[in-house]
Amino acid sequence: MSTGAVHGLKRRDFIRYSSFGLALGSGGISVVATAKTSAPANLLNPYVVIHDDGRIVIAAPNPDVGQGVNTALPMIVAEELDADWKAVEVILAPIDANRFGAQFAGGSLSVRNRWNELRQMGAAAREMILRSAAQQWGVPRVELTTQPSMVLHPPSGRSASFAEFVAAATEQPVPADGEVVLKARSDYRLLGQRIVNAAASDIVRGRPIFGIDVSVPEMLYATYVKCPQIGGVPKTANLAEVKGLAGILDAFIIAGDAGPPSFDLSKSIHVAGGVAIVASNTWAAIKARRTLKVEWDISSASTDDSAAIEAKALKAAERATGEREVKNSGDPEAAFANAKRVLSSVYATDFISHAQLEPQSCVAHTTATAVEVWTSSQTPGYAQATLAKLFELPAEAITVHQVRGGGGFGRRLSNEYVREAAVISKHMGKPVKLQWMREDDMAFDFYRSPAYFGLQAALSESGELTGWRNHVVSVSSDGEEANYGAGYRGYNFPDDVIPNVHISQTMLASKTPTGAWRAPISNVYAFAEQSFLHELAEAAGQEHREFLMAALGEDKWFKPDDLASLNTVRAREVIAAVTRAAGWGRGLPEGRGLGLGFFFSHAGHVAEVAEVSVNADKQVTVHEVWVAADLGQIVNLSGAENQFQGSVVDGVSALADQRISIRSGAIEQTNFHQYPLLRLPQSPKINVEFLASDYPPSGAGEPALPPVAPAICNAVYAACGERIRSLPISRAGFQVV
Amino acid sequence: MQVSINGKSHELAGADPDMPLLWALRDLVGLVGTKYGCGVAQCGACTVWLDDVPIRSCQMPLGAIKDRAVTTIEGLAGDILHPVQEAWIAHDVAQCGYCQAGQIMSAAALLKSNPNPSSEAIEGAMAGNICRCGTYSRIVAAIQTASTRLQGLSFYEVGHDTTESQFDGKVSV
Repeated sequence: MSTGAVHGLKRRDFIRYSSFGLALGSGGISVVATAKTSAPANLLNPYVVIHDDGRIVIAAPNPDVGQGVNTALPMIVAEELDADWKAVEVILAPIDANRFGAQFAGGSLSVRNRWNELRQMGAAAREMILRSAAQQWGVPRVELTTQPSMVLHPPSGRSASFAEFVAAATEQPVPADGEVVLKARSDYRLLGQRIVNAAASDIVRGRPIFGIDVSVPEMLYATYVKCPQIGGVPKTANLAEVKGLAGILDAFIIAGDAGPPSFDLSKSIHVAGGVAIVASNTWAAIKARRTLKVEWDISSASTDDSAAIEAKALKAAERATGEREVKNSGDPEAAFANAKRVLSSVYATDFISHAQLEPQSCVAHTTATAVEVWTSSQTPGYAQATLAKLFELPAEAITVHQVRGGGGFGRRLSNEYVREAAVISKHMGKPVKLQWMREDDMAFDFYRSPAYFGLQAALSESGELTGWRNHVVSVSSDGEEANYGAGYRGYNFPDDVIPNVHISQTMLASKTPTGAWRAPISNVYAFAEQSFLHELAEAAGQEHREFLMAALGEDKWFKPDDLASLNTVRAREVIAAVTRAAGWGRGLPEGRGLGLGFFFSHAGHVAEVAEVSVNADKQVTVHEVWVAADLGQIVNLSGAENQFQGSVVDGVSALADQRISIRSGAIEQTNFHQYPLLRLPQSPKINVEFLASDYPPSGAGEPALPPVAPAICNAVYAACGERIRSLPISRAGFQVV
Repeated sequence: MQVSINGKSHELAGADPDMPLLWALRDLVGLVGTKYGCGVAQCGACTVWLDDVPIRSCQMPLGAIKDRAVTTIEGLAGDILHPVQEAWIAHDVAQCGYCQAGQIMSAAALLKSNPNPSSEAIEGAMAGNICRCGTYSRIVAAIQTASTRLQGLSFYEVGHDTTESQFDGKVSV
């Protein structure tokens, strides 16, 4: 355990700080940025510790799975604290709702939800330092100001480091919200700059900072084998034979819960039945899987067949209205009856998998009275709550340590692997690291729901879009309520802009688990709607950009002061910016085309233009992608830009050839040779422009993903004249090269 | 069984000769910078050097290593960072960072054999390393920066102080 940060701690702060310090290495593990000083520590509030030697430790509250919040969130605190970023050390906060509120990574919400809180925390700590400086120097507080990590008294020219005052500052009462003044944006030193990821130094050195790297004393290594037909449970297995293998400590059946799991994050205590193999190292456990033979009870298992689901869905989507009406505004019947032209198209998207590069792992230590886990969960609070429920223990008996995750994209929102590890540990009476194989990850994901869109539009004599119907066909595990990510996304363009709109849904029964995949719902709607709008522009004989601008209607912020609602002014600005940057309208050689897509999601207005070429063999080269976005103020320019570049790559990756198919309830793909991820040679040049914006910041992890597919598919149409209406585009014979 | 890792000989007594080097590094030696991503040589997260040649350690049984020297991400830097590691920080390449040890080992091997690689050579050398977060454009930029630094200098002669306090935290563009 790294004890540096707690050495010399004042007694009265010990309880609070020792729990703050849990993330510094309890149990002997190493985590990001352990405190590098033994100087006495002074706790100013749950987020800020300043050591007597001037080092500033800031707690990062939310899990980081690559979205950069372990840098962005501490930057917000540091800005208002006026900390010298070079002296700041980031640690991962313990999971404790009392001090850190809701600690999760999802919905691109970390920055948006914590913006006010973290500015207040930084400013309050600064105020406490300034008040103690005023007392020490015997000057009025109002005469004091700060420079990074320094207190200044301009009338006397006196200055001193924060470190001079921090011990006394801990005695100051915590200022109330109204007692501190937040910085004017023009005074920012840090926010909006390009700041290197706080974990970069550890990452390039290969330091043990990921979930898979966690190691605790006496830890055993486990693998867990589940029924390929999702929801099946073990009847018998050749356990004696497996237990006789070298390095194997135990092999046992966990009866578990029969039937597929649901994406019920806050409540689910589902543990799939399976066979645990526990060994003295990971390889011995993996190797033993070759010997293991299990007879499965498949009476409650899924019998899904994705080809059958698709056939039903495509038939259903031919109808412009479905079983359940979710929106009916204006008079769509009249709009379609009076239309000069009516166009219909069906768009289709498949099941896809998250394929985050770090397969799930969890270290758990379960005793009769307590559970301690180390996990890269995106919802550590739910991990805590569901473990308490599963083991019938009070919440205080469950300790969850957050650890950096090697990618998330929604996969780590569910905690079933955490429960599996805890159950296996309980059986062994020792700490256990459960390691999922890549094949486990691909076979037992919560997949993105497939969605099929029966779209219909009414165009007036002048080519104006007057009516819109969307019949969304997707999946439901109970045949009634849409699965997560399969429903209607509400508030957006075009549904709330066009005067006459009818939206309906039809749900097909499916037992395959589905859940949130980066920009859930938006990632499929954007493809269908923004491609169809391009079709409409073509049909109306109008230029795409102009048609889109006109379709956005009047200048309107649909729910003023709600950042999560569409603002058509911001929408038009990003479309104008991206088309300007891309040289929209310029001449291109034969076989080359530009395509445009816009989408509003996660409080971000984003427009993208793709430039592609398509050859006679339907090979698609994505040359360049331009992105323009209004995300409000930018917290970390480097981090936000990285998220956007990555979203474009992810978008191309998913649309190229990613597809999960299901036969007899089992997933057919097993590893990356059957589920390809985009590689460096296929990766386009990407240009990102964030528009200057005074709105509060919103998250960068998701909103750049949805416009990628329509921008590229519209560009393919421009290049070769073929309209792509299903994803991945490999299904229509296209190949991204 | 004796294996030379990062210039140090390790006795892996009783280890299964079938065990892939990846798991031996992680579980037996305690060097966990080398990552498991797929187990079938598709992703490159487990890339290490065997006698300076980048290989996928998930496919290298311990028994096949013999007297060849293993270099991992932990052994790439001495007291100073390797220029590729420095460039990775300066360009703020990583998002989640999980693949980056493998990326860095592939990039450093490329520059060792070809200090001034063309774009095509970079694409060829890096095509086996998947970055699920999509940091490819920054990877290329960082390799080009490291290449500039390395040219005309012997491999381990270049480097900066590695203490974080020396670094201003700003990203180079």
